[in-house]
Amino acid sequence: MRRFILIAVPYLWLMALFLVPFLIVLKISLSDIALSIPPYTPQLDLSEGWDGIKSFLSQLDFENFTFLTQDPLYWRAYVSSLQIALISTVLTLLVGYPIAYAMAQAPDEWRPTLLLLVILPFWTSFLIRVYSWIGILSNEGFLNQFLLWTGIISTPLTILNTNTAVYIGIVYTYLPFMILPIYSALEKMDGSLLEAAEDLGCSRLSAFWLVTIPLSKAGIVAGCFLVFIPALGEFVIPSLLGGSDTLMIGKVLWEEFFSNRDWPVASAVAVILLLILVVPIVLFQRNEQKQREVDQ
Amino acid sequence: MRRFSWFNATSLTVGFAFLYLPMLILIIYSFNESRLVTVWAGFSTQWYGSLLQNQSFLDAAWVTVQVAVASSTIATILGTMGAYVLVRGGRFMGRTLFSGMIYAPLVMPEVITGLSLLLLFIGIGLDRGIFTVVLAHTTFSMCFVSVVVSSRLVSFDKSLEEAALDLGCSPFDAFRLVTLPIIAPAVISGWLLAFTLSLDDLVIASFTAGPSATTLPIRIFSAVRMGVSPEINALSTIMIAIVTVGVVTASIISKRSSLAQQRDEQAAARAS
Repeated sequence: MRRFILIAVPYLWLMALFLVPFLIVLKISLSDIALSIPPYTPQLDLSEGWDGIKSFLSQLDFENFTFLTQDPLYWRAYVSSLQIALISTVLTLLVGYPIAYAMAQAPDEWRPTLLLLVILPFWTSFLIRVYSWIGILSNEGFLNQFLLWTGIISTPLTILNTNTAVYIGIVYTYLPFMILPIYSALEKMDGSLLEAAEDLGCSRLSAFWLVTIPLSKAGIVAGCFLVFIPALGEFVIPSLLGGSDTLMIGKVLWEEFFSNRDWPVASAVAVILLLILVVPIVLFQRNEQKQREVDQ
Repeated sequence: MRRFSWFNATSLTVGFAFLYLPMLILIIYSFNESRLVTVWAGFSTQWYGSLLQNQSFLDAAWVTVQVAVASSTIATILGTMGAYVLVRGGRFMGRTLFSGMIYAPLVMPEVITGLSLLLLFIGIGLDRGIFTVVLAHTTFSMCFVSVVVSSRLVSFDKSLEEAALDLGCSPFDAFRLVTLPIIAPAVISGWLLAFTLSLDDLVIASFTAGPSATTLPIRIFSAVRMGVSPEINALSTIMIAIVTVGVVTASIISKRSSLAQQRDEQAAARAS
């Protein structure tokens, strides 16, 4: 009996507040917008019994999905989200790898402190970290002041409210997610392998390329997914740092829901976003699984 | 051991400068006298004063703390149960579905979680407010707690529990007296994680809060959309200070306790 309660409580909680809401999204994505409360039709009326359910089901259709494929706005939003997420993942890797590498090479007594310094921003409010860049990137911001002062540029650069600012924001906020898995892969690496490679005539660069990179591959893959997956549905960064022409699907969904109050289309946007995410999520799980098997 | 090269030293310096300079600038300019946030006009703490006078921020902070305490506590209980079921529950009907529901919210975009919960609350006619935000935050943070706690459960020796059962403990007492003390650090860090996630969340709260319950991130977001303001800088500084003190204290405590554990184990090894 106790075992039953132990299983049932978290199980039912997740059913009610995770699975059922998701099924509702799926259902509403197949409904039509209507001027009523709630603003969609058909409504399921269980009091009419089977007939009610039948007429309810017959009114569901894929109209919203057809609409999404026809309106170029959504198509462009999905493509541009994928593009922004992909580019920022590569940038985060390029910034994060040298840091993780240097941390793994650092003297043992530094490492706990360095690790703490990487984790600390993760605990700090995401919103504040994104906000901190507004003052830096704006036209009169610190970056422009600095560049003007050094004489590199003579007129301020427009960075805030462009895609560049979105890239910077994503790299900045997701950097710890990239550094930590790569660091943990590099830390486990046996240094004598590099010495062996050099003894056998490898240059340091090719030893790095042929030994270090392959051995940290699992960390690289994990880090890339940990950045790519949340970046794809990102809302806060494009809405604070991006411009009006920055199209990201999280922002489109938000506006569709809050500004246009088109719940069926917002739900359809959500369903497609999830379908896109299934691929990287499955690949990520497979990578983790493989890693666990290697570790055992 | 290789020499720590110039390249490594540079990457660390540049990397940590990148991570910390934006926050440092924010902190410095929260003490700026001028309302113009990019021009330094002298030292002043006036923005902290005006922040403490601002009732809407104080109200939002109070709502946020209530939500975070309630949701992280419920999430820790449910998440620990979930972890126990996953690791020790054995086979039961729908186990795959259960583990799927534990892991899926971790990677679910916040906009979708928020949207789906809002549609549920409207569908069942639940008025939105603090209560609905607590429900929403509990749901996604219990999954994080489950992951943290289950990784500790996996690594600990099951025979300790079995010994307690053999010696006449009821399963509940075995959990309370043997399992819980061992997984306690993971449970505590799960709670802290859930608490931080709740404090931090803007998107899910925006969907599920409704007009009556404005949390601090919602309040900050609506202020920040207007641009940079020195009051927000002051607020950010306070939040960064709290988190820094918390994280550093927690890491010192955990280091001390792991040292103490090492000492105990060495003493036990000598005694035997």
